[in-house]
Amino acid sequence: MPSLTVPPGAPPILQSLTVPPGAPPILQSLAVTLERMLVRILVLLYLAGAPALAQTLCQPNASNGYRVRISIKTALGNQAYEWNENEMFLFRATMAFAMRRYYKTETYNVDNIIVCNQTRRVSFWFVVISPENPTMLIPKADVEKAVSMSRHRINNAFLLTDRTLEFLGIYPTLAEPVNPDTPPWLIVFGVVIGAVFAGIIALLVSSLLQKRRKEKGMMEDGQDEEDRQMKGVENGINLDGIYNRGFTDDDRFTKL
Amino acid sequence: MPEEGMEDNKEGEERPKWNNKAEYLLTCIGFAVGLGNVWRFPYLCQIYGGGAFLIPYLIALVFQGLPLLYLELAIGQRLRMGSIGVWNSISPYLGGVGVASMLVSFCVSLFYNTIVAWVLWYLFNSFQEPLPWSQCPLNHNNTGYVEECVESTPVNYFWYRQTLNITPNMETSGSLQWWLVVSLATAWSIVYICFVRGIKTIGKAVYFTATFPYLVLTIFLVRALTLPGSSEGLIYLFTPDWEILKNPQVWLDAATQIFFSLSVAFGGLISFSSYNSQKNNCERDAVLVGVINSATSIYASIPIFAILGFKAHTNYVTCLNGNILALTNEFDISDMNITVENYEQWFDSLNGTHPSRVSDLKLKTCDLQTFLDQSASGTGLAFIVFTEAVISMPGSQVWAVLFFIMLFSLGLSSMFGNLEGVLTPLHDLKLVPKWMPNELFTAIICLLLFLMALIFCLGSGNYWLEIFNSYVGSVPFLIIAFFEIIAVAYIYGIGRFSDDLEFMTGHRPNIFWKVCWLVISPLMLFVVLVAYVAVQAQTPPTYAAWNPDYVNFPNTEVLPYPDWVFAICVLLSSVPVISIPLVAIYRLICCMSGRHSKDSLHNNPNPYANEDYVVELLL
Repeated sequence: MPSLTVPPGAPPILQSLTVPPGAPPILQSLAVTLERMLVRILVLLYLAGAPALAQTLCQPNASNGYRVRISIKTALGNQAYEWNENEMFLFRATMAFAMRRYYKTETYNVDNIIVCNQTRRVSFWFVVISPENPTMLIPKADVEKAVSMSRHRINNAFLLTDRTLEFLGIYPTLAEPVNPDTPPWLIVFGVVIGAVFAGIIALLVSSLLQKRRKEKGMMEDGQDEEDRQMKGVENGINLDGIYNRGFTDDDRFTKL
Repeated sequence: MPEEGMEDNKEGEERPKWNNKAEYLLTCIGFAVGLGNVWRFPYLCQIYGGGAFLIPYLIALVFQGLPLLYLELAIGQRLRMGSIGVWNSISPYLGGVGVASMLVSFCVSLFYNTIVAWVLWYLFNSFQEPLPWSQCPLNHNNTGYVEECVESTPVNYFWYRQTLNITPNMETSGSLQWWLVVSLATAWSIVYICFVRGIKTIGKAVYFTATFPYLVLTIFLVRALTLPGSSEGLIYLFTPDWEILKNPQVWLDAATQIFFSLSVAFGGLISFSSYNSQKNNCERDAVLVGVINSATSIYASIPIFAILGFKAHTNYVTCLNGNILALTNEFDISDMNITVENYEQWFDSLNGTHPSRVSDLKLKTCDLQTFLDQSASGTGLAFIVFTEAVISMPGSQVWAVLFFIMLFSLGLSSMFGNLEGVLTPLHDLKLVPKWMPNELFTAIICLLLFLMALIFCLGSGNYWLEIFNSYVGSVPFLIIAFFEIIAVAYIYGIGRFSDDLEFMTGHRPNIFWKVCWLVISPLMLFVVLVAYVAVQAQTPPTYAAWNPDYVNFPNTEVLPYPDWVFAICVLLSSVPVISIPLVAIYRLICCMSGRHSKDSLHNNPNPYANEDYVVELLL
């Protein structure tokens, strides 16, 4: 007859199933089957209870949960991938990575990210449970900080942007504007004004030189000018010239 | 008929000449084709029934524009002087017309080059990635965008705040905006370098400034026609609405548009044609310049409206996408299931099943027609509407740079005529001392205009510019042109004028020109002048102010002009034209007093009396 020894670590209910040694054989076999059934039921309950327990933690509008909205087709157009369980797994892994990075520990795992209420939009809710205590949720503020810190990495894991991978309630930090030391318009202005002033100076200098050359040329052939002036007066046409050499050099006429 | 030789004696040196006919024609075309062809004509076309507007426009061109243009080019070429000298020659009592022309050209040069300075500012800023008017800047602590920008649009913010730094009303003058001063200095320097050697340098510059806009317009046309929505814009522009022709305002606006577009009564055209040889066919030149000007207006409106159609389409799609996103998020529909094409069906079905939730979303009504109706003219078109369109085009920097260089060359070539209308009369009045070289005199005038134009660089500068534009750049020209045509047709005499034209062109003017000069054009000008003044008197003197604290911001606040500002407006309109009666009275007094003292010698009050001759006789 097999001895119905109950192992020391067994739950009290099993321990109370000890059958007295003098019991008839039928009773003993009944106790055995009952014991086995109970064990199986308890194991099944334990296995089923854990996710159910977790499921109650993740609910729409949960106090410590965030809603995520993903628009893959908007972001990628023709190269859009399909959202399936594998992508969801990647999301949970990326969130676990973000939590690890924020807390600087290595205790977070995929199981710590619970997802629920997925729609075909694609949108879903998620909560983060603590690795030490499966019933405790990580507070909203900490999750937000963790997400903000690794937002860029999360976006890139999915080839999305701040706008197409939305954490409703977590606002993306605005990009720092690029502030060059010299505003670009000043550079263009400098080039243009430099060219213009160079041109003005060049033109002024060249016209000045031209005038000087003309004056020098006029002085050299002043004799020809004289003749023309004299002839002009003789013909009666009044030419208002700048030089009137009629009174400066009368030698040519007086010699006659 | 005055002898040919007599004109040359009036100047001490030989009058400058155009290098070749092409330079002269390009300069006149460049003067006539200006910013208004690009940003005023398409707007008028749009609000006055598209293709139907061409009818009053072309009628005004043929019966009013071309005769005036021919008249100005002819008298300038015949009498070979600037506007003051020309009108003094025709009739000393009407010498005031020339003075008025010069004063008005002076005022217009002030504000016109400020617009060129704004164009330069935008041009300098187009060499950046991203374009500064495409996004809002962050506020002080980097928590969000600047509020004023968020409430209006980045484009509006860049124009009103980062360019003009405009004050909320005219009483607040604000301070000098140094970046505008810098741009204005650049604009005046470029104008000066083109004027340094007079028409020699202008003639070279117009090869670029007069032809480049056409190249850019063609490039934009080709580009715009490949953009989505351009065909809607073009259909909207050119669909004729014949009913609108019954509205007299349309005829008035067509006549004023032709008149201001051809830039007559500035004196610039007279100056330009005075540098021609006398045996030049100015009739052909006038018809050519007039027709090219109008053709340019029509040609420019095509790419402008194609691009405006594209912009309306983009706005419409953005509006729809906003609604689509709202619906998708509210009803958790799969991403991109609602598209622009099936939006209507989705909306109807969702509205049928969940009307309360749909109405809570407060969706915007997106109507393409509304977006197309959002038209603008003037600086609003160039600096707000067009810059917004350019952001949505791939390769924005290239298009922005091309567009602003085109506007710059259009403005610069018109500035040549404006400034010429100031410089040549001053030369003819012999106000330039003999020792001063021309370059120095031009530099002094440019510097003076630059310093006076600094008021447009204040915070309230844009409001002042609008005043100058509406009050100086309108009624005085109509009055001057009216006196011009009366002077030539009735005081100089159409017979004498026909003789001059026969001398210059080789044939007498045909009956069309004579009828226009004698009857049609003066009548049209008079009617337009009276109607314009009547309309202006009826519109209350108000202006649109950009006030961020306004209740209905971003709409502009309509404020009345303060009294002192209104007094300045009246002064601006009347002072230039007051010189016409003033000079007439002065000459009358002089002539009468001259008759009294020299009665024994001078029985004939010849208006062409030469005082030198009188003095010699006395000796």
